[in-house]
Formats: sequence, C-alpha cells, structure tokens
Amino acid sequence: MRWGEIIRRLVLIPPTLVGVAVIVFVLLRVVPGDPIAMMIPPGATAADVERLRAFYGLDQPILQQFITWFGQALRGDFGHSISVHQSVFELVLARLPATLELALLATLIAVVLGTMVALLGIQLRGRRAEWLVDGGIGALLAIPDFLWALILLLLFGVLIPWLPITGRIDPEIDAGFHSNFYLLESLLTGRFDIANALLHHMILPALALALPFSALVARILKASLAEAEDQDYAQIARARGFSRPKILLGEVFPNALIPTVALGGVQVTLLLGGTVLVERIFSYEGIGNMAIDAVINRDFPLIQGLILTFAVLFIALNLVVDLVVTLLDPRLRHG
Amino acid sequence: MADLALDRPAGRPSRFIAGLRRGGLRLWLGSTLVGVLMLVALLAPLLAPHDPLEQDLMSAQLSPAWTSGGDLAYPLGTDSLGRCVLSRLIYSARTAVAVALIAASLAAAIGIALGLIAGSFGGWVDQGISRLIDVWMAFPPVLLSIVLAAVIGAGLTSVIAAIVVVDWTRFARVVRVETMVQLKRDYAAAARVIGLSRGAILRLEVLPNLIPLMVTLLSVEMGIAILVEVILSFVGISVAGDTPTWGGMIAEGRQIVYQVPWIMALPIGCIILSVIGFNLLGDGLRTMLDPVQRR
Amino acid sequence: MTAVLTVHDLHVAIGHRGSATNVLRGASLEVGAGEVRGLVGESGAGKSMLGRAVLGLLPANAVIAAGTIQFEGRDLLAMPEPERRRLLGRRIALIPQDPMTSLNPVKRVGAQIAALLRHHLSLARREAWQRAAELLAEVAIREPQRVLQLYPHEISGGMRQRVLIAMAFACDPSLVIADEPTTALDVTVQRQVLQLVERLRQRHGAAVLFITHDLGVVAKICRTMTVLHAGRVLEEGETVDVLTKPRHPYTRALLAATPRADRPAEALRPVPPALIENLWAEVHRLDRESAVVAS
Repeated sequence: MRWGEIIRRLVLIPPTLVGVAVIVFVLLRVVPGDPIAMMIPPGATAADVERLRAFYGLDQPILQQFITWFGQALRGDFGHSISVHQSVFELVLARLPATLELALLATLIAVVLGTMVALLGIQLRGRRAEWLVDGGIGALLAIPDFLWALILLLLFGVLIPWLPITGRIDPEIDAGFHSNFYLLESLLTGRFDIANALLHHMILPALALALPFSALVARILKASLAEAEDQDYAQIARARGFSRPKILLGEVFPNALIPTVALGGVQVTLLLGGTVLVERIFSYEGIGNMAIDAVINRDFPLIQGLILTFAVLFIALNLVVDLVVTLLDPRLRHG
Repeated sequence: MADLALDRPAGRPSRFIAGLRRGGLRLWLGSTLVGVLMLVALLAPLLAPHDPLEQDLMSAQLSPAWTSGGDLAYPLGTDSLGRCVLSRLIYSARTAVAVALIAASLAAAIGIALGLIAGSFGGWVDQGISRLIDVWMAFPPVLLSIVLAAVIGAGLTSVIAAIVVVDWTRFARVVRVETMVQLKRDYAAAARVIGLSRGAILRLEVLPNLIPLMVTLLSVEMGIAILVEVILSFVGISVAGDTPTWGGMIAEGRQIVYQVPWIMALPIGCIILSVIGFNLLGDGLRTMLDPVQRR
Repeated sequence: MTAVLTVHDLHVAIGHRGSATNVLRGASLEVGAGEVRGLVGESGAGKSMLGRAVLGLLPANAVIAAGTIQFEGRDLLAMPEPERRRLLGRRIALIPQDPMTSLNPVKRVGAQIAALLRHHLSLARREAWQRAAELLAEVAIREPQRVLQLYPHEISGGMRQRVLIAMAFACDPSLVIADEPTTALDVTVQRQVLQLVERLRQRHGAAVLFITHDLGVVAKICRTMTVLHAGRVLEEGETVDVLTKPRHPYTRALLAATPRADRPAEALRPVPPALIENLWAEVHRLDRESAVVAS
C-alpha cells in the first residue's frame, strides 16, 4: 500500500534534518569568518570579546557546541541571534508567515497562469500559432525570478509608478493584527481595504516568483496533455461523438495532471528558494530577506535556524506533492 | 552500426554543415549575442570612454546623453559618484565573462571527472557519488551560494567557488549516464578485448563522444555562472572593492531607482541579453549535435 | 431497404505530397440492417483504415481523396461536424481492439459509461448510473453495482472488453464497428466475447462490421464477408460461399494458409509468390492510373 511508503518517509524526516543541521553546523564553523569580531563595538577590550565569545559558546570545541545546540534544539530553544539579540525561534516564527503567504500567492498565480497557457497551447496543437506559445514559454523560463523582480520593479514601480516596491504594508496603516498572517487574517475578518493594501505590496514579488514557475507548469502540462491526447482512450472518445474541448477537459486533463504535479510540484522548492532574493529586492519582511542579513552578519544561530526552516519546508512540500499525486492517480493507491 | 572513433573524421565536414543548418535561428542568434559579449569583454579598454573607477562628483547622476541634462562625454550618464555608466557596464562585462569562463570550466572539470568515475567504475563508487549528488541537490542553490561566498569572504575566489560548488552536479549527472551508456556500446567492448586500460578507454573512446554534449552544457553553465555572480554581487558579497559588476550596479541602482532608474535598468538588459545568448547557443548546439550522436 | 452503411469507391492516402501512401484504393462495401459482415485481410490491407474512415478517426495526415461513405442514406463525409458527432457513439458505435488502453485509467468504470449515456441520451446522473448497471448485467458481468465503482486497472482484460462492448451498445446503435475486438484476448475469452457480441446484436437489432484478420472468427459470427487486399476489395459475398468456394486465388491462398484444427500441419501451403507479385503489379497499375496521391 502506498500509505506505508508515506509513513516510511515521515519516519526518515528527523534523521534527514539532523544530517542537514550537522552539515550546516560544521560548514559554518570550519571556514573563516568571525561573527564576534563583526559585532563588537570599537571600544571593546579583549576581555569583553572573550565574554561575548563565551556567552555564545563559541569558545568550546565544535563537538561540544553541537551537542549543546542539539540538546537545546530538542527542547525548542534554537539559540539567540547574534545580530538581532532575540531568540532565533521567535525571530523565524515572526517572519515565516510573510514568506508563506507570498509563496502561496505566487504558486496560485503560477498554477492558474500556467494552466491557461497550457490549455491554449494544446488547443493550437499542430497549428503555426503553437510555435508562439512555445516561444513565449521559453522566454519566460529563460529569465530567473530575481531578474523578473527587478524588471517588474522598474516597470510597474518606477516607470509607471503604480505599485509600491517596498515592504509588506504601508507604514501609516496601523492594522493591529493578531497573527503575522496579515493577508489571511484581513481576508478572514472581512477587512478588505487592508487586504487590498497588502495585495498591492505583494503582487509584484509574487508575480516575479510566479512567472518562471508558471512557464514550467505550462511546459510540462502542455506536453502531458499532448501525450494523453494521443492515448487510445482519448481517440476513442472522439469516435463516441465527444467534441475536442470536452475530451481535453474531461478525459485528458485529469490524466495529464498527474505527471504535471509529480514533476512540477517538486519545483515549488525552487520558488521557495527564490524568495531569498525577491524579498530582498522588494524589502519584503520575510525569512528570505532575513537570511541574507544573517549570512552577511555571520549570525550562526540564525543561519542554522533559517536553513533548518527551509529544509523542513522543502521536505514537507515533497511529502505534500507525493500525497497529491497519490490522490490523483488511482493506480497508485492499490498496491 | 558501431560508433568507431576511427569512423568519424571521414564524415565530419558534411555532417557539420548539415548540423549548422539544423541549429537554425537559435544557433545564429545565440552565437551572435555571445560573440558580442566576448568581444566587449576582450576589448573593454578600447571601447570604454572612461576609466570605470574614475569619479567626478561634479557630474553625479547625469542622465543619458540623448536626454535633457545629459552630457555627450557620458553617453549613458553617470552614477551617484560620477562614474561613467557605459564604462562600468563594459568593464562589468569583462568581470562577468571572466567569472563565467573560469567557474564554468572548473564546474565542468569537477563534474565531468566525478561523472566519469561514477559511470565507469560502477558499484560502490557509483552509489557513493550518486548519493552525494542527491544530497547536494537537496540544498537550495541560492542560499547555498550566498552562505558559501559570505563565509569565504568577498573576492573572485569565493564567487567562483560558490558557482562551482552549486552547479557541478549538472555535469556530473549527465556525464555519469552518458559514460555508462557509451561503455555498453560495441566499440568499448572491442577496446577492452584489445586490452586497453580503463583510463585509456575513457580518454580515447568515451571522452571524444562526450565532447558535443559537454560543449552544450558549458554554454548553459556560463549563463548560470553569470546569474550567480549577479546574485552574489547584488547581495554584496562578490568581487572586492570597486570592481564594476552588473550585480553591483543593480544594487546601487536599486537605492536610487526613483531618481535615476536607468542605472538599474541597463545592467538588467545586459544580463538578460547575455543569459539568453548563452541559452540559445546551448540550445542551438544541442539541436545541431544531437542527431549526429547516434543514441 | 436502405443499407445501414454504404462505402463507395473510397480512396484514402496517408502522408504529404510527394511521399503519400495509398491505403485504400477504391474500396466499396455495403452493410444492410441487422447484417453481420466480416472485413478480412492481412495486416496493412487497409481494413482498420476503412473502419476509422467511417468513424472519423483517420490520422491527421490522412486524406480522403475520393469516394463516399453513407450512413442510413446520409453522406457522412459531407456532413457538418456537430451533426456527425451526434451520430457517433449513438447510431454508429465502436468496439475497440485493446481493452488495456481503451478505458480512461483515472475514471471509474461507471463514470465512463454514465458520461456516454448522459452525453447522447441526456439522462440525469442517477438514471445514467442505473442504466450503466443494467448494461453491465447485459454483458454478463456479475455484481454490476460493485464493478461500476471500480477503476479499469482493478478489473481483468476480459471484463474490460465486456465493458467496452456494453458501451458500444449503450445507445442502441444501428451499426457497430468491431475493430479486431478479439485479437488482444486469449482463445477461451475470445469465444465468450463473440457470443456476447452476437447476443447483444440480436437484442438491439444492430448491424455489425467485424474487422479481423482471423478467418475462424469470421466463420463463426459473420453471415457475409468482404476480402480486402492492399486497399481494394478482392471478393465478397456470403461467408459460406466465400470460404467454401473462393473465387479469387488470393482468397484461396488465404484460406490455405489459415491454420486449422482438423488438418495436419504439413497441409499448410504458403501463398505462392507469383500470386503476390501479380496482386501488387495490379495495385501499382491502379495507383498510376488514378490521380489519388494527395495534392
């Protein structure tokens, strides 16, 4: 049964995370770059530096540091950020919802856009205009998300100053949110004016993330639709008097969806990875943006926490994709 | 039909021309774009009107020459420190090409070496290298390269190291599969019978057949190298000091994007053209060489 | 009484100008109401193409260069597309060849039958599923309610073929085209399928065009038969007559080459090469004479 395999994957998650943690841990400490040296004020004495070093446990052997960190992590204490002076756990938790909302919005846009383009492409199959669709997809794919972010920023933020290009929300608005899921909360509580303001800030970064991904979805879906349309059951549907649009949507699409989700679903991790730069470009307060600062500041605890967070998200995503594929394909459910 | 290495020179010229025709628009467009880029990088000192590092604070933030307020001495205007934008663009191309060439070649070298080893030895060696590739690819590439570059410190070395570290797997995977496929072919078995050592077989038989594929991958890899370099210099951890880079220009331009948008826009245009050029070239090369390689 | 199906002088070619292959060279046949006609010929004779032409399932690069196809007096080829679609699946039905690939793998059996019923007969959802269960019972599937809920991969090949037969007769067609429905099945299942088709045909009063290369099947179920070779009709008539007193030497050779249980193996006589040469000479002459190649 397929479910057994899913359980096996769930069981493998903790060791994988530990593996990731170890690698990151070692990597950060083995290569040159001293975080303490970067944060000490000019007038500090050698004794101060030593005290700071001891406070962050950086004076101990690596193995000791790891054991300490691991023990604390198991209790939910991921240490203190060196640059921001707050608990890593709190920091990450505070900014994670912003990135999740952005990624979700981007994925939604990408899926809708990609599906529409794929359906258009399959309608034009065999005709000369199909080349246009393929070319369009290729062009979208060639430009990575951060370049799109810059282009969109220029076009719709500066040249046609239509949308804001910084932050999550206008500083003047005091919305009094309870959670950090601003968009979700404003939608659920019916404050559509605030949701509108939020979307104004989110639409450009979300679009930047969505465009290359939508091209990928379109390419895979179109190819899958074409392959499925050539199958016997689709041909026979024509002999039964169904029109091509009806066959495409009713018979072919559910089949084409399976390889599309399988191949394209995994690529959402790329979209997540893209948030690092795109958030930076739009000064959007998510974990991607924070990651860059953490790295520049050599903030080890924060870097570790963030990389672990990304790793958890990636693994969770892979699992969800596999689950969805199992749901879509009845052949996978029975042994 | 056995693909004897001896066979190939005889048929090559006509196949080459047929391949050129097959490559089509993409090949020509790609080669042109890449060619222009290489020329600009090579002839930078001759093409640039000014020294890219030379500051003239009296002429800061000038707009391009054809607009009002522009100065013909600075064809594309100047940045906040009065440095000529055109010259900086041209010299950035030089940095980009240098980084791309070195990093892509290194990534190729490591990737090809590991791929050959994995493909020809098989067994435990292959398993080990394959697992390594899998784990490696599980890391988010952008974050990984940023972490690496930040950790090693600014400079050309770290940028190149970051690119190599992130993308060697691209070569390794392909080479591994190709090696295994090639070694199963008749001519390889024949070579073994003759008594050639494994290394000789790889060098004399397998490698020449891989070259077309490698050239294609190299082209794509150079496009990727340029992008990674841009990312790193945008974030602030690329080549040290004043050395002009497209990414650096974008980062500076981002700060003053409302006042002088072209400082951000022009490097973006250059990057897009370069990356598209490398992609088209790689695509064209692939189409051109694919039917020649009998699968 | 108008024949249910009249194919007259059908010429079909596949391919583009210059390299077209003629697959049907002026084939004609007629199927009367309630008649069961076999269409036989070796592989490549064009019998599947004829069936496909009637159903509008010719490949994209096929051209109907000449001839007419009439169904119940109406010209199928000249008919507007929506009108033809109303006929297909309802008045003209297909029993496909391969039960393993002819059903949609991600939809339940019941959903597929019900969709057909709702499309042509405008039944409500519940009625459609009810009728689907009745149809499954008609093709001797036990526990029809349970099978309706299953996916194609959960039932055997023989059962899938029965579902396909049920779907063919679902809307009470006047013509059923069976495209080698027994080829993909083993011998024991073949007999059951044939009996099923015969029973359903009688109950629904449909005519059947049975396309097959198996003369044994034709002998069992078809009252009349047509022999096709290289896209043209060589002989036709009552099955009994054709099989016992074949007029064309090709038919005689075909019969002689058919393995039979009551003759020892040594009695198998291969088709004389001279006969084949003559047949193909005639075909080429036909091709040269007619302006059939797609232009």
